[in-house]
Amino acid sequence: MFGYLIRRLGTAILIVLCVSMVTFAMLHIIFPSPAIVVLGAKPSHAATEAFNKQWGYNLPLWHQYIRYLDQLLHGNFGWSFHSNQSVGSLFKERFPLSAFLSFSSLLVAVIIALPLGIFQAIKRNSVGDVAATTVTFVLYSMPVFFFAVILIDVFALQLGWVDSGVNADQGSLSAQLADFKDLILPIVSLSLTQVASFSRYQRSAALDVLSQDYIKVARAKGLAERLIYVRHLVRNASLPMVTLIGLSIPSLIAGNLLIEYAFNINGLGNLFIQSLGFEDYNTLLAYTLLGAIATVIGNLVADIALTIADPRIRLV
Amino acid sequence: MTTTLESPVPPGTPGNAAVGDAGALTEATLTGWKLTLREFTKNKMAMVGIGVLVLFVLFCYLGPVFYHSDQTTSNLANTDLSPGPGAPLGTDDSGFDVLGRLMIGGQTSLEIGFLAALIASVIGTLWGAISGLLGGVVDAVMMRIVDVMLSLPFFLVVLIVASRYNSGILSLSLVIGIFSWLVPARLVRGEVLTLRVRDFVSAAKVMGAGNQRLIYRHLLPNAMGTVIVNITFQIADSILVLASLGFLNFGVKFPNTDWGSQIANADQFLSNGYWWLVFPVGLCLVLVVMSFNLIGDGLRDAVDVRLRKR
Repeated sequence: MFGYLIRRLGTAILIVLCVSMVTFAMLHIIFPSPAIVVLGAKPSHAATEAFNKQWGYNLPLWHQYIRYLDQLLHGNFGWSFHSNQSVGSLFKERFPLSAFLSFSSLLVAVIIALPLGIFQAIKRNSVGDVAATTVTFVLYSMPVFFFAVILIDVFALQLGWVDSGVNADQGSLSAQLADFKDLILPIVSLSLTQVASFSRYQRSAALDVLSQDYIKVARAKGLAERLIYVRHLVRNASLPMVTLIGLSIPSLIAGNLLIEYAFNINGLGNLFIQSLGFEDYNTLLAYTLLGAIATVIGNLVADIALTIADPRIRLV
Repeated sequence: MTTTLESPVPPGTPGNAAVGDAGALTEATLTGWKLTLREFTKNKMAMVGIGVLVLFVLFCYLGPVFYHSDQTTSNLANTDLSPGPGAPLGTDDSGFDVLGRLMIGGQTSLEIGFLAALIASVIGTLWGAISGLLGGVVDAVMMRIVDVMLSLPFFLVVLIVASRYNSGILSLSLVIGIFSWLVPARLVRGEVLTLRVRDFVSAAKVMGAGNQRLIYRHLLPNAMGTVIVNITFQIADSILVLASLGFLNFGVKFPNTDWGSQIANADQFLSNGYWWLVFPVGLCLVLVVMSFNLIGDGLRDAVDVRLRKR
């Protein structure tokens, strides 16, 4: 097991390295140099040259990449030309809010989807199951931002229970938490769209467990149905959920971005969208890299969870 | 669609004949795509999906023929009209008729969804088939490339590229398709790995078939079920991705429009109570994506039946 972990970790680091190369190259092809954005629409040739030389944008791509990697290893994410501060400090401001949004909605999604899926499997084809399947199916086909728009219209504009967006001045998480009411709709829209995909998997995972021989044995020996569910079903059916959470990181990032945009939340996702408009390239690069690292870690967790859940998967 | 479905597994291919005696052979001839089609048509929800989809295709492509509305020049005298005579679904902030706008936005959304899924499936299928058939070092390298691409945060990457190349239908389809071929590649590789050790492939090899012939004549036709199921889901996903891009204002450029851009545009007028700008288009989006998902579910079950009989 230990050897497996080491090897798997090694692969993960290698993949992150490759991903950083691909991302770096891709961004360079799309935005060759920030000179145009920083120096204005029509900078003189000499000024562009000087800028490129000063920041190293005249070097060959591989050299720039090595320099960037060296910076990263020293904890420096580069300079945001648009906001004129380091990307690291920008992220430090925005990260807590995004992280809170993502993790709380993930938590809510799991808390709802896990019992829901298991309930659906136990009461298979009952009215409750069909109703839940229908609702989750509609949510599954709905873009997260349209769901957000519906929630805003109903709960903020029609009923007036909450504000329709988040006050943009409140950048920090602590300020936002003081006004927690405004975060309810973003969290609900993000988590319910996740419930849609989670509960579908959870239902089929639980159905899978229910058809196993050990459930039949438990029934045959007269174990109470309630105990079968608690002791055998829930334990075995909830492990695939860990895998699912690990693999849901990319969609979580995407959902987070759309929700921050829809509710005007000052998090990393909104920063990314603003940076796209300003071609603020170091910020784009750093966020994409962070996303990639999160994705790789998610895959790693999913793999490890799978091997713990099913010892038959050989650790090679 | 059905005519192309018939050909891939002709009755009595070596694969089916391997089942055994004559009785099994007739049983085998009944399986294949005809069985899949029969199973599929028995699925009520999938048929509902087909029906809704057909309605939307008619609405988007035949609609503009019968319902004329000016969608290129804005009419600032008639902005934000609520639904009424002359404009069944009202007009938007530029004075465009919303019903007509739904039609052309739907064309874009359907076309990009379909094209992106097609691009992804063609790249993915060939990649997976080559990787699975050749095996060894080539397979390892090709699959590591897939691993790396899968670790890119899909939506962020698509957004970055789309922010530059979102001028038209083809470029946006390429942007979405080029980053979503990884799942079909893995699926097809898995299929090919199980197919390549089957007797009919060995027989073809013994008869001197080259890799190209093996892929096009034997492996791909047999992996086609998996591919078609995947295309259906991929269309749904691509339509959603396009809508998300549009919502962030990185969709197709004016005078063209897509459903996501329309929602983005309408979002700012929600507090004015202009419901007709956002809810009809949102409903269309959900219905179309849902119908593709329903069809995909139905196809998957139907193909599963075929695989079980195989």
